[in-house]
Amino acid sequence: MAKKVALLQGNEACAQGAVYAGAKFFGGYPITPSTEVAEVLSVELPKVGGKFIQMEDEIAAMASVIGASLTGAKSITATSGPGVSLKQELIGYACIAEVPCVIINVMRGGPSTGMPTGPGQSDVMQAMWGTHGDHAAIALVPDSCQEIFTETVRAFNLAEKYRMPVQVLFDEIVGHMRERIEFPEPGELEVIDREAPSVGPDDYKPYDSTKGQIPPLADFGSEYKYHVTGLNKADDGFPTTKASLVDAEERRQIDKVMDNIADIESNEEYMTEDAEVIIWAFGSTSRSARYAVNELRKEGIKAGMFRPITLWPFPAKRTAELADQAKAIVVAEMNLGQMVYEVERVAQGNCVVVHEGRVDGDPINPGQIMDKVKEVL
Amino acid sequence: MAERYELRFSGAGGQGLITAGIILAEAASIIEGKSAVQSQSYGPEARGGASKSEVIIADGPIDYPKATIVDACLAMTQEAADKYANGIKKGGLLLIDADFVHTAPEGDFKVLRLPIMRMAKEDIGREIVANVVALGAVIGLTGVVTRESGEEAVLRKVPAAFKDLNKKAYSMGYEKGKELAQ
Repeated sequence: MAKKVALLQGNEACAQGAVYAGAKFFGGYPITPSTEVAEVLSVELPKVGGKFIQMEDEIAAMASVIGASLTGAKSITATSGPGVSLKQELIGYACIAEVPCVIINVMRGGPSTGMPTGPGQSDVMQAMWGTHGDHAAIALVPDSCQEIFTETVRAFNLAEKYRMPVQVLFDEIVGHMRERIEFPEPGELEVIDREAPSVGPDDYKPYDSTKGQIPPLADFGSEYKYHVTGLNKADDGFPTTKASLVDAEERRQIDKVMDNIADIESNEEYMTEDAEVIIWAFGSTSRSARYAVNELRKEGIKAGMFRPITLWPFPAKRTAELADQAKAIVVAEMNLGQMVYEVERVAQGNCVVVHEGRVDGDPINPGQIMDKVKEVL
Repeated sequence: MAERYELRFSGAGGQGLITAGIILAEAASIIEGKSAVQSQSYGPEARGGASKSEVIIADGPIDYPKATIVDACLAMTQEAADKYANGIKKGGLLLIDADFVHTAPEGDFKVLRLPIMRMAKEDIGREIVANVVALGAVIGLTGVVTRESGEEAVLRKVPAAFKDLNKKAYSMGYEKGKELAQ
Protein backbone atom coordinates (compact mmCIF):
# COMPACT_ATOMS: atom_id res chain seq x y z
CA MET A 1 0.00 0.00 0.00
CA ALA A 2 1.22 3.46 -0.82
CA LYS A 3 2.43 5.45 2.16
CA LYS A 4 0.44 8.35 3.50
CA VAL A 5 1.93 11.58 2.19
CA ALA A 6 1.20 15.21 3.00
CA LEU A 7 2.57 18.66 2.45
CA LEU A 8 3.58 19.65 5.97
CA GLN A 9 5.35 22.50 7.70
CA GLY A 10 8.46 21.54 9.65
CA ASN A 11 6.63 22.40 12.86
CA GLU A 12 3.70 20.16 11.90
CA ALA A 13 6.11 17.34 11.03
CA CYS A 14 7.70 17.74 14.46
CA ALA A 15 4.33 17.31 16.17
CA GLN A 16 3.54 14.25 14.05
CA GLY A 17 6.95 12.79 14.88
CA ALA A 18 6.25 13.27 18.58
CA VAL A 19 2.98 11.35 18.28
CA TYR A 20 4.76 8.57 16.35
CA ALA A 21 7.36 8.35 19.13
CA GLY A 22 4.59 7.84 21.68
CA ALA A 23 4.47 11.29 23.28
CA LYS A 24 1.70 11.54 25.86
CA PHE A 25 2.28 15.00 27.30
CA PHE A 26 2.91 18.50 26.02
CA GLY A 27 3.30 21.44 28.36
CA GLY A 28 4.18 24.71 26.74
CA TYR A 29 3.69 28.39 26.24
CA PRO A 30 3.21 29.45 22.62
CA ILE A 31 5.88 31.50 20.91
CA THR A 32 6.64 32.33 17.28
CA PRO A 33 8.10 30.59 15.31
CA SER A 34 7.31 27.35 17.19
CA THR A 35 3.57 27.75 17.82
CA GLU A 36 2.38 25.22 15.22
CA VAL A 37 4.08 22.42 17.18
CA ALA A 38 1.78 23.20 20.12
CA GLU A 39 -1.20 23.82 17.88
CA VAL A 40 -0.99 20.40 16.20
CA LEU A 41 -0.25 18.55 19.45
CA SER A 42 -3.27 20.18 21.10
CA VAL A 43 -5.34 18.40 18.45
CA GLU A 44 -3.40 15.13 18.18
CA LEU A 45 -2.47 14.27 21.78
CA PRO A 46 -6.03 13.93 23.11
CA LYS A 47 -6.72 11.45 20.26
CA VAL A 48 -4.02 9.10 21.62
CA GLY A 49 -4.93 9.48 25.29
CA GLY A 50 -2.33 12.18 25.88
CA LYS A 51 -2.59 15.51 27.63
CA PHE A 52 -1.92 19.03 26.36
CA ILE A 53 -1.57 21.93 28.77
CA GLN A 54 -0.88 25.54 27.91
CA MET A 55 0.89 26.69 31.06
CA GLU A 56 1.10 30.21 32.48
CA ASP A 57 4.66 30.73 31.30
CA GLU A 58 7.75 29.00 29.90
CA ILE A 59 9.19 28.11 33.30
CA ALA A 60 6.02 26.39 34.46
CA ALA A 61 5.82 24.67 31.06
CA MET A 62 9.23 23.08 31.60
CA ALA A 63 8.30 22.09 35.15
CA SER A 64 5.13 20.41 33.90
CA VAL A 65 7.14 18.46 31.35
CA ILE A 66 9.52 17.17 34.04
CA GLY A 67 6.64 16.25 36.33
CA ALA A 68 4.72 14.46 33.60
CA SER A 69 7.79 12.55 32.47
CA LEU A 70 8.52 11.33 36.00
CA THR A 71 5.10 9.68 36.04
CA GLY A 72 6.07 7.72 32.91
CA ALA A 73 4.60 9.83 30.10
CA LYS A 74 6.90 10.68 27.20
CA SER A 75 6.94 14.46 27.43
CA ILE A 76 7.75 17.38 25.16
CA THR A 77 7.70 21.15 25.04
CA ALA A 78 8.29 23.52 22.13
CA THR A 79 9.55 27.06 22.22
CA SER A 80 12.04 29.49 20.73
CA GLY A 81 15.21 31.12 22.07
CA PRO A 82 13.53 33.48 24.57
CA GLY A 83 11.58 30.53 25.99
CA VAL A 84 14.64 28.31 26.21
CA SER A 85 16.39 31.05 28.19
CA LEU A 86 13.59 30.93 30.74
CA LYS A 87 13.64 27.13 30.89
CA GLN A 88 17.35 26.85 31.65
CA GLU A 89 17.07 26.41 35.40
CA LEU A 90 14.72 23.48 34.94
CA ILE A 91 16.72 22.01 32.07
CA GLY A 92 19.56 21.76 34.58
CA TYR A 93 17.14 20.13 37.00
CA ALA A 94 16.20 17.55 34.35
CA CYS A 95 19.93 16.91 33.77
CA ILE A 96 20.81 16.23 37.39
CA ALA A 97 17.57 14.46 38.30
CA GLU A 98 17.94 12.49 35.04
CA VAL A 99 14.43 13.02 33.72
CA PRO A 100 13.84 12.17 30.04
CA CYS A 101 12.21 14.97 28.03
CA VAL A 102 12.30 16.58 24.62
CA ILE A 103 12.68 20.32 24.12
CA ILE A 104 12.02 21.75 20.67
CA ASN A 105 13.68 25.09 19.93
CA VAL A 106 12.59 26.70 16.67
CA MET A 107 15.31 29.30 16.48
CA ARG A 108 14.87 32.98 15.73
CA GLY A 109 17.42 35.69 16.39
CA GLY A 110 18.18 37.36 19.67
CA PRO A 111 19.18 38.10 22.38
CA SER A 112 15.87 38.72 24.12
CA THR A 113 12.80 39.11 21.92
CA GLY A 114 14.89 39.76 18.80
CA MET A 115 12.99 39.31 15.54
CA PRO A 116 10.13 36.85 16.14
CA THR A 117 9.36 36.02 12.50
CA GLY A 118 12.97 35.87 11.29
CA PRO A 119 15.27 32.82 11.29
CA GLY A 120 18.40 32.35 13.39
CA GLN A 121 20.90 29.72 14.48
CA SER A 122 22.23 31.58 17.45
CA ASP A 123 21.03 29.23 20.21
CA VAL A 124 23.50 26.46 19.43
CA MET A 125 25.95 27.24 22.22
CA GLN A 126 23.02 27.80 24.55
CA ALA A 127 21.88 24.25 23.79
CA MET A 128 25.15 23.03 25.31
CA TRP A 129 25.97 25.63 27.94
CA GLY A 130 22.67 27.40 28.64
CA THR A 131 22.20 25.79 32.01
CA HIS A 132 24.96 26.12 34.58
CA GLY A 133 27.16 23.43 35.99
CA ASP A 134 28.96 20.52 34.37
CA HIS A 135 26.62 18.39 32.35
CA ALA A 136 26.28 16.58 29.06
CA ALA A 137 23.89 17.70 26.36
CA ILE A 138 22.31 16.10 23.33
CA ALA A 139 21.07 18.43 20.59
CA LEU A 140 19.83 17.44 17.13
CA VAL A 141 19.65 19.79 14.14
CA PRO A 142 17.47 18.50 11.26
CA ASP A 143 17.41 20.30 7.90
CA SER A 144 14.18 19.19 6.23
CA CYS A 145 10.56 18.54 7.13
CA GLN A 146 11.00 14.77 6.74
CA GLU A 147 14.11 14.83 8.90
CA ILE A 148 12.35 16.91 11.56
CA PHE A 149 9.89 14.01 11.84
CA THR A 150 12.58 11.33 12.16
CA GLU A 151 14.84 13.39 14.43
CA THR A 152 11.95 14.17 16.76
CA VAL A 153 11.39 10.42 17.07
CA ARG A 154 15.13 9.94 17.67
CA ALA A 155 15.11 12.71 20.29
CA PHE A 156 12.50 10.81 22.30
CA ASN A 157 14.52 7.60 21.90
CA LEU A 158 17.71 9.24 23.14
CA ALA A 159 15.90 11.00 25.99
CA GLU A 160 14.37 7.74 27.20
CA LYS A 161 17.49 5.65 26.65
CA TYR A 162 19.93 8.06 28.29
CA ARG A 163 17.42 9.43 30.80
CA MET A 164 18.04 13.10 30.10
CA PRO A 165 16.70 16.18 28.29
CA VAL A 166 17.29 16.18 24.53
CA GLN A 167 16.92 19.33 22.44
CA VAL A 168 15.90 19.49 18.80
CA LEU A 169 16.90 22.76 17.19
CA PHE A 170 15.73 23.91 13.81
CA ASP A 171 15.24 27.41 12.58
CA GLU A 172 12.26 29.42 11.43
CA ILE A 173 13.00 28.56 7.79
CA VAL A 174 12.62 24.80 8.18
CA GLY A 175 10.01 25.25 10.91
CA HIS A 176 7.70 27.20 8.64
CA MET A 177 8.46 25.86 5.19
CA ARG A 178 6.37 23.10 3.69
CA GLU A 179 7.60 19.96 1.99
CA ARG A 180 6.17 16.61 1.07
CA ILE A 181 6.38 14.16 3.96
CA GLU A 182 6.04 10.41 3.82
CA PHE A 183 4.62 9.15 7.06
CA PRO A 184 6.62 6.12 8.25
CA GLU A 185 4.49 3.06 8.99
CA PRO A 186 4.24 1.99 12.64
CA GLY A 187 7.34 -0.10 13.36
CA GLU A 188 9.33 1.37 10.48
CA LEU A 189 11.28 3.73 12.75
CA GLU A 190 12.67 2.43 16.01
CA VAL A 191 10.75 3.64 19.07
CA ILE A 192 12.54 3.15 22.39
CA ASP A 193 10.50 2.97 25.57
CA ARG A 194 11.80 3.60 29.05
CA GLU A 195 13.46 0.69 30.80
CA ALA A 196 11.44 -0.51 33.78
CA PRO A 197 13.12 -1.23 37.14
CA SER A 198 14.27 -4.84 37.55
CA VAL A 199 13.68 -4.83 41.31
CA GLY A 200 10.56 -4.46 43.41
CA PRO A 201 9.45 -1.22 45.06
CA ASP A 202 11.14 -2.04 48.40
CA ASP A 203 14.57 -2.52 46.83
CA TYR A 204 14.35 0.29 44.27
CA LYS A 205 16.92 3.07 44.28
CA PRO A 206 16.42 5.67 41.52
CA TYR A 207 20.15 6.34 41.02
CA ASP A 208 21.64 2.91 41.66
CA SER A 209 24.29 2.64 38.95
CA THR A 210 25.80 -0.67 40.07
CA LYS A 211 24.06 -2.45 37.18
CA GLY A 212 24.83 0.14 34.50
CA GLN A 213 25.48 3.78 33.69
CA ILE A 214 21.79 4.56 33.31
CA PRO A 215 19.63 3.43 36.24
CA PRO A 216 16.01 2.57 35.28
CA LEU A 217 13.42 5.19 36.17
CA ALA A 218 10.27 4.04 37.96
CA ASP A 219 6.97 5.82 37.39
CA PHE A 220 6.56 8.45 40.08
CA GLY A 221 3.23 8.05 41.84
CA SER A 222 3.22 4.29 41.40
CA GLU A 223 4.03 1.81 44.18
CA TYR A 224 7.66 2.82 43.65
CA LYS A 225 8.32 5.65 46.12
CA TYR A 226 11.45 7.74 45.78
CA HIS A 227 12.86 11.21 46.23
CA VAL A 228 13.70 13.66 43.42
CA THR A 229 15.87 16.72 43.96
CA GLY A 230 18.13 19.17 42.18
CA LEU A 231 20.79 18.65 44.84
CA ASN A 232 23.64 16.23 44.36
CA LYS A 233 22.27 13.00 45.64
CA ALA A 234 23.12 9.47 46.70
CA ASP A 235 21.73 6.39 44.95
CA ASP A 236 18.49 6.62 46.97
CA GLY A 237 17.78 10.09 45.60
CA PHE A 238 18.35 11.92 48.89
CA PRO A 239 20.86 14.78 49.06
CA THR A 240 24.47 14.11 49.91
CA THR A 241 27.65 16.17 50.19
CA LYS A 242 29.91 13.15 50.44
CA ALA A 243 32.77 13.99 48.07
CA SER A 244 33.21 10.55 46.53
CA LEU A 245 29.48 10.18 45.80
CA VAL A 246 29.13 13.66 44.34
CA ASP A 247 32.18 13.20 42.13
CA ALA A 248 31.07 9.79 40.88
CA GLU A 249 27.54 10.99 40.08
CA GLU A 250 28.71 14.10 38.24
CA ARG A 251 31.11 12.08 36.14
CA ARG A 252 28.62 9.31 35.43
CA GLN A 253 26.07 11.77 34.10
CA ILE A 254 28.59 13.07 31.58
CA ASP A 255 30.11 9.66 30.80
CA LYS A 256 26.72 8.14 29.97
CA VAL A 257 26.70 10.41 26.92
CA MET A 258 30.38 10.69 26.06
CA ASP A 259 30.95 6.91 26.29
CA ASN A 260 28.13 6.36 23.82
CA ILE A 261 28.95 8.92 21.14
CA ALA A 262 28.88 6.25 18.44
CA ASP A 263 25.23 5.59 19.29
CA ILE A 264 24.27 9.26 19.52
CA GLU A 265 26.30 10.81 16.70
CA SER A 266 24.74 11.30 13.29
CA ASN A 267 26.31 13.19 10.38
CA GLU A 268 25.85 13.57 6.67
CA GLU A 269 28.68 14.16 4.22
CA TYR A 270 28.31 15.39 0.67
CA MET A 271 31.22 15.15 -1.79
CA THR A 272 33.81 15.21 0.97
CA GLU A 273 35.95 12.29 -0.40
CA ASP A 274 38.30 14.52 -2.41
CA ALA A 275 37.26 17.90 -1.01
CA GLU A 276 39.85 20.61 -0.55
CA VAL A 277 37.39 22.91 1.12
CA ILE A 278 34.71 21.73 3.52
CA ILE A 279 31.56 23.73 4.14
CA TRP A 280 30.57 22.88 7.71
CA ALA A 281 26.88 23.67 8.02
CA PHE A 282 23.76 22.45 9.77
CA GLY A 283 19.99 23.00 9.68
CA SER A 284 18.61 25.15 6.87
CA THR A 285 22.08 26.56 6.13
CA SER A 286 23.23 23.12 4.97
CA ARG A 287 20.68 23.35 2.16
CA SER A 288 22.46 26.46 0.90
CA ALA A 289 25.78 24.68 1.41
CA ARG A 290 24.72 21.72 -0.75
CA TYR A 291 23.61 24.11 -3.49
CA ALA A 292 26.95 25.92 -3.19
CA VAL A 293 28.90 22.64 -3.41
CA ASN A 294 27.10 21.73 -6.65
CA GLU A 295 27.80 25.14 -8.18
CA LEU A 296 31.44 25.20 -7.02
CA ARG A 297 32.06 21.72 -8.46
CA LYS A 298 30.78 22.99 -11.84
CA GLU A 299 33.51 25.62 -11.63
CA GLY A 300 36.13 22.96 -10.88
CA ILE A 301 36.48 23.77 -7.17
CA LYS A 302 36.71 20.66 -5.01
CA ALA A 303 34.17 21.57 -2.36
CA GLY A 304 32.29 19.26 -0.01
CA MET A 305 29.87 19.57 2.87
CA PHE A 306 29.91 18.18 6.37
CA ARG A 307 26.53 18.36 8.09
CA PRO A 308 26.13 17.40 11.73
CA ILE A 309 22.66 16.05 12.50
CA THR A 310 23.71 15.52 16.10
CA LEU A 311 25.27 18.87 17.00
CA TRP A 312 25.92 17.99 20.65
CA PRO A 313 27.91 16.00 21.58
CA PHE A 314 30.13 17.82 19.09
CA PRO A 315 31.30 15.66 16.16
CA ALA A 316 34.94 16.17 17.14
CA LYS A 317 36.52 13.08 15.60
CA ARG A 318 35.19 13.47 12.07
CA THR A 319 35.66 17.24 12.07
CA ALA A 320 39.32 16.74 13.06
CA GLU A 321 39.80 14.20 10.26
CA LEU A 322 38.36 16.63 7.72
CA ALA A 323 40.64 19.39 9.04
CA ASP A 324 43.58 17.08 8.30
CA GLN A 325 42.33 16.41 4.79
CA ALA A 326 41.17 19.85 3.66
CA LYS A 327 42.91 23.15 3.06
CA ALA A 328 40.06 25.06 4.63
CA ILE A 329 36.78 24.68 6.50
CA VAL A 330 34.09 27.32 6.05
CA VAL A 331 31.67 27.25 8.98
CA ALA A 332 28.37 28.72 7.76
CA GLU A 333 25.83 29.47 10.49
CA MET A 334 23.14 32.11 10.99
CA ASN A 335 24.91 33.81 13.88
CA LEU A 336 28.06 35.87 14.37
CA GLY A 337 30.27 32.91 15.33
CA GLN A 338 29.41 30.00 17.62
CA MET A 339 30.10 26.49 16.29
CA VAL A 340 33.14 27.90 14.50
CA TYR A 341 34.92 27.97 17.87
CA GLU A 342 34.40 24.22 18.33
CA VAL A 343 35.59 23.56 14.77
CA GLU A 344 38.69 25.70 15.40
CA ARG A 345 39.32 23.85 18.66
CA VAL A 346 39.37 20.40 17.08
CA ALA A 347 41.07 21.51 13.83
CA GLN A 348 44.12 22.45 15.96
CA GLY A 349 45.51 24.66 13.22
CA ASN A 350 45.68 21.81 10.70
CA CYS A 351 43.66 23.84 8.19
CA VAL A 352 42.28 27.34 7.80
CA VAL A 353 38.94 27.75 9.59
CA VAL A 354 36.75 30.72 8.67
CA HIS A 355 33.25 31.79 9.58
CA GLU A 356 30.42 32.94 7.34
CA GLY A 357 27.50 34.32 9.29
CA ARG A 358 24.35 36.34 8.91
CA VAL A 359 21.94 37.88 11.41
CA ASP A 360 19.75 40.21 9.34
CA GLY A 361 16.73 37.91 9.16
CA ASP A 362 17.58 36.55 5.72
CA PRO A 363 19.03 33.06 5.24
CA ILE A 364 22.65 32.52 4.29
CA ASN A 365 22.30 32.06 0.55
CA PRO A 366 24.42 29.82 -1.68
CA GLY A 367 26.18 32.79 -3.33
CA GLN A 368 27.36 34.07 0.03
CA ILE A 369 28.95 30.69 0.80
CA MET A 370 30.49 30.44 -2.67
CA ASP A 371 32.09 33.86 -2.31
CA LYS A 372 33.60 32.86 1.04
CA VAL A 373 34.98 29.61 -0.39
CA LYS A 374 36.66 31.46 -3.25
CA GLU A 375 38.05 34.04 -0.85
CA VAL A 376 39.65 31.41 1.37
CA LEU A 377 41.11 29.16 -1.35
CA MET B 1 20.93 19.61 -9.48
CA ALA B 2 17.58 19.15 -11.15
CA GLU B 3 16.11 22.16 -12.88
CA ARG B 4 14.31 24.54 -10.53
CA TYR B 5 11.27 26.63 -11.32
CA GLU B 6 10.82 29.46 -8.85
CA LEU B 7 7.59 31.36 -8.17
CA ARG B 8 6.87 34.21 -5.82
CA PHE B 9 3.40 35.36 -4.73
CA SER B 10 3.34 38.75 -3.04
CA GLY B 11 0.68 41.11 -1.78
CA ALA B 12 -0.82 42.45 1.40
CA GLY B 13 -0.94 40.24 4.49
CA GLY B 14 -4.38 38.62 4.70
CA GLN B 15 -4.91 38.42 0.92
CA GLY B 16 -4.33 34.69 1.01
CA LEU B 17 -1.12 34.58 -0.99
CA ILE B 18 0.58 32.18 1.42
CA THR B 19 -2.42 29.89 0.93
CA ALA B 20 -2.06 30.27 -2.86
CA GLY B 21 1.56 29.16 -2.52
CA ILE B 22 0.59 26.17 -0.38
CA ILE B 23 -2.05 25.10 -2.91
CA LEU B 24 0.45 25.31 -5.76
CA ALA B 25 3.01 23.29 -3.76
CA GLU B 26 0.34 20.65 -3.06
CA ALA B 27 -0.56 20.48 -6.73
CA ALA B 28 3.08 20.00 -7.71
CA SER B 29 4.24 17.65 -4.96
CA ILE B 30 1.24 15.67 -3.75
CA ILE B 31 -0.80 15.53 -6.96
CA GLU B 32 1.90 15.57 -9.65
CA GLY B 33 4.64 13.87 -7.62
CA LYS B 34 7.32 16.48 -8.30
CA SER B 35 9.46 18.06 -5.59
CA ALA B 36 8.16 21.30 -4.14
CA VAL B 37 9.07 23.55 -1.25
CA GLN B 38 6.85 26.39 -0.09
CA SER B 39 8.13 29.08 2.23
CA GLN B 40 7.03 32.51 3.31
CA SER B 41 8.15 35.71 4.82
CA TYR B 42 5.91 38.00 6.75
CA GLY B 43 6.02 40.67 9.42
CA PRO B 44 4.48 40.55 12.89
CA GLU B 45 1.15 41.98 11.61
CA ALA B 46 -1.79 39.58 11.23
CA ARG B 47 -3.23 41.77 8.47
CA GLY B 48 -1.70 44.34 6.17
CA GLY B 49 1.98 44.88 5.54
CA ALA B 50 3.62 43.16 2.59
CA SER B 51 3.85 39.40 2.58
CA LYS B 52 5.39 36.91 0.20
CA SER B 53 5.19 33.22 -0.37
CA GLU B 54 7.69 31.35 -2.51
CA VAL B 55 7.31 28.00 -4.20
CA ILE B 56 10.22 26.11 -5.72
CA ILE B 57 9.31 23.24 -8.02
CA ALA B 58 11.80 20.73 -9.41
CA ASP B 59 11.97 17.19 -10.76
CA GLY B 60 14.62 16.21 -8.21
CA PRO B 61 15.41 17.13 -4.59
CA ILE B 62 15.38 20.82 -3.70
CA ASP B 63 18.22 22.07 -1.54
CA TYR B 64 18.06 25.85 -1.05
CA PRO B 65 14.38 26.46 -0.20
CA LYS B 66 14.18 30.14 -1.09
CA ALA B 67 14.17 31.80 -4.48
CA THR B 68 17.52 32.44 -6.13
CA ILE B 69 16.32 33.83 -9.45
CA VAL B 70 12.58 34.08 -9.92
CA ASP B 71 10.88 32.62 -13.00
CA ALA B 72 7.45 34.08 -12.28
CA CYS B 73 6.34 36.68 -9.77
CA LEU B 74 2.91 37.94 -8.75
CA ALA B 75 2.42 41.33 -7.07
CA MET B 76 -1.05 42.27 -5.85
CA THR B 77 -0.20 45.67 -4.33
CA GLN B 78 2.18 48.54 -5.00
CA GLU B 79 4.00 47.91 -1.70
CA ALA B 80 4.49 44.25 -2.61
CA ALA B 81 5.70 45.17 -6.09
CA ASP B 82 8.20 47.64 -4.65
CA LYS B 83 9.45 45.24 -2.02
CA TYR B 84 9.28 41.80 -3.63
CA ALA B 85 9.15 42.13 -7.43
CA ASN B 86 12.90 41.79 -7.74
CA GLY B 87 15.40 39.10 -8.63
CA ILE B 88 13.25 38.12 -11.61
CA LYS B 89 15.18 36.30 -14.27
CA LYS B 90 15.85 37.63 -17.74
CA GLY B 91 12.79 36.83 -19.83
CA GLY B 92 10.84 35.95 -16.68
CA LEU B 93 7.27 36.94 -15.90
CA LEU B 94 5.79 39.55 -13.57
CA LEU B 95 2.02 39.52 -13.16
CA ILE B 96 0.58 42.58 -11.43
CA ASP B 97 -2.87 43.64 -10.35
CA ALA B 98 -3.66 46.29 -12.95
CA ASP B 99 -5.71 48.41 -10.50
CA PHE B 100 -3.37 48.39 -7.54
CA VAL B 101 0.14 48.38 -8.99
CA HIS B 102 0.55 51.66 -10.84
CA THR B 103 4.31 51.65 -11.15
CA ALA B 104 5.70 48.32 -12.23
CA PRO B 105 9.37 47.74 -11.51
CA GLU B 106 11.53 47.90 -14.61
CA GLY B 107 13.69 45.06 -15.76
CA ASP B 108 14.47 42.55 -18.43
CA PHE B 109 11.24 40.62 -17.92
CA LYS B 110 7.69 40.63 -19.21
CA VAL B 111 5.16 42.64 -17.22
CA LEU B 112 1.58 41.38 -17.51
CA ARG B 113 -1.51 43.01 -16.09
CA LEU B 114 -4.83 41.65 -14.88
CA PRO B 115 -7.41 43.38 -12.67
CA ILE B 116 -7.34 40.45 -10.23
CA MET B 117 -9.16 42.04 -7.28
CA ARG B 118 -11.79 43.52 -9.59
CA MET B 119 -12.34 40.15 -11.29
CA ALA B 120 -12.87 38.53 -7.89
CA LYS B 121 -15.21 41.24 -6.68
CA GLU B 122 -17.26 41.99 -9.81
CA ASP B 123 -17.15 38.83 -11.90
CA ILE B 124 -17.13 36.21 -9.13
CA GLY B 125 -18.80 38.34 -6.50
CA ARG B 126 -16.38 37.77 -3.63
CA GLU B 127 -13.11 39.64 -3.06
CA ILE B 128 -11.93 36.83 -0.81
CA VAL B 129 -11.28 34.53 -3.77
CA ALA B 130 -8.80 36.95 -5.35
CA ASN B 131 -5.97 34.62 -4.30
CA VAL B 132 -7.56 31.73 -6.19
CA VAL B 133 -8.11 33.93 -9.27
CA ALA B 134 -4.44 34.90 -9.00
CA LEU B 135 -3.35 31.27 -8.59
CA GLY B 136 -5.37 30.25 -11.66
CA ALA B 137 -3.82 33.10 -13.64
CA VAL B 138 -0.28 32.13 -12.62
CA ILE B 139 -0.88 28.49 -13.56
CA GLY B 140 -2.49 29.49 -16.87
CA LEU B 141 0.39 31.83 -17.60
CA THR B 142 3.24 29.52 -16.66
CA GLY B 143 1.89 26.00 -17.10
CA VAL B 144 4.01 25.00 -14.11
CA VAL B 145 1.35 22.43 -13.17
CA THR B 146 -1.61 21.28 -15.25
CA ARG B 147 -4.96 23.05 -15.09
CA GLU B 148 -6.49 19.91 -13.55
CA SER B 149 -3.86 19.48 -10.81
CA GLY B 150 -4.28 23.11 -9.82
CA GLU B 151 -8.03 22.80 -9.66
CA GLU B 152 -7.89 19.58 -7.65
CA ALA B 153 -5.51 21.19 -5.15
CA VAL B 154 -7.83 24.20 -4.78
CA LEU B 155 -10.87 22.00 -4.21
CA ARG B 156 -9.05 19.86 -1.62
CA LYS B 157 -8.33 23.01 0.37
CA VAL B 158 -11.77 24.64 0.53
CA PRO B 159 -14.90 23.67 2.49
CA ALA B 160 -17.70 21.98 0.51
CA ALA B 161 -19.95 25.04 0.58
CA PHE B 162 -17.34 27.13 -1.24
CA LYS B 163 -16.21 24.63 -3.86
CA ASP B 164 -18.28 26.09 -6.72
CA LEU B 165 -17.19 29.63 -5.91
CA ASN B 166 -13.52 28.68 -5.88
CA LYS B 167 -13.83 26.53 -8.98
CA LYS B 168 -15.28 29.50 -10.82
CA ALA B 169 -12.56 31.80 -9.51
CA TYR B 170 -9.81 29.36 -10.48
CA SER B 171 -11.24 28.81 -13.99
CA MET B 172 -11.57 32.51 -14.67
CA GLY B 173 -8.02 33.17 -13.51
CA TYR B 174 -6.71 30.25 -15.54
CA GLU B 175 -8.43 31.36 -18.76
CA LYS B 176 -7.16 34.94 -18.42
CA GLY B 177 -3.66 33.75 -17.61
CA LYS B 178 -3.70 31.45 -20.60
CA GLU B 179 -4.74 34.35 -22.84
CA LEU B 180 -1.87 36.47 -21.54
CA ALA B 181 0.57 33.67 -22.28
CA GLN B 182 -0.27 33.77 -25.98
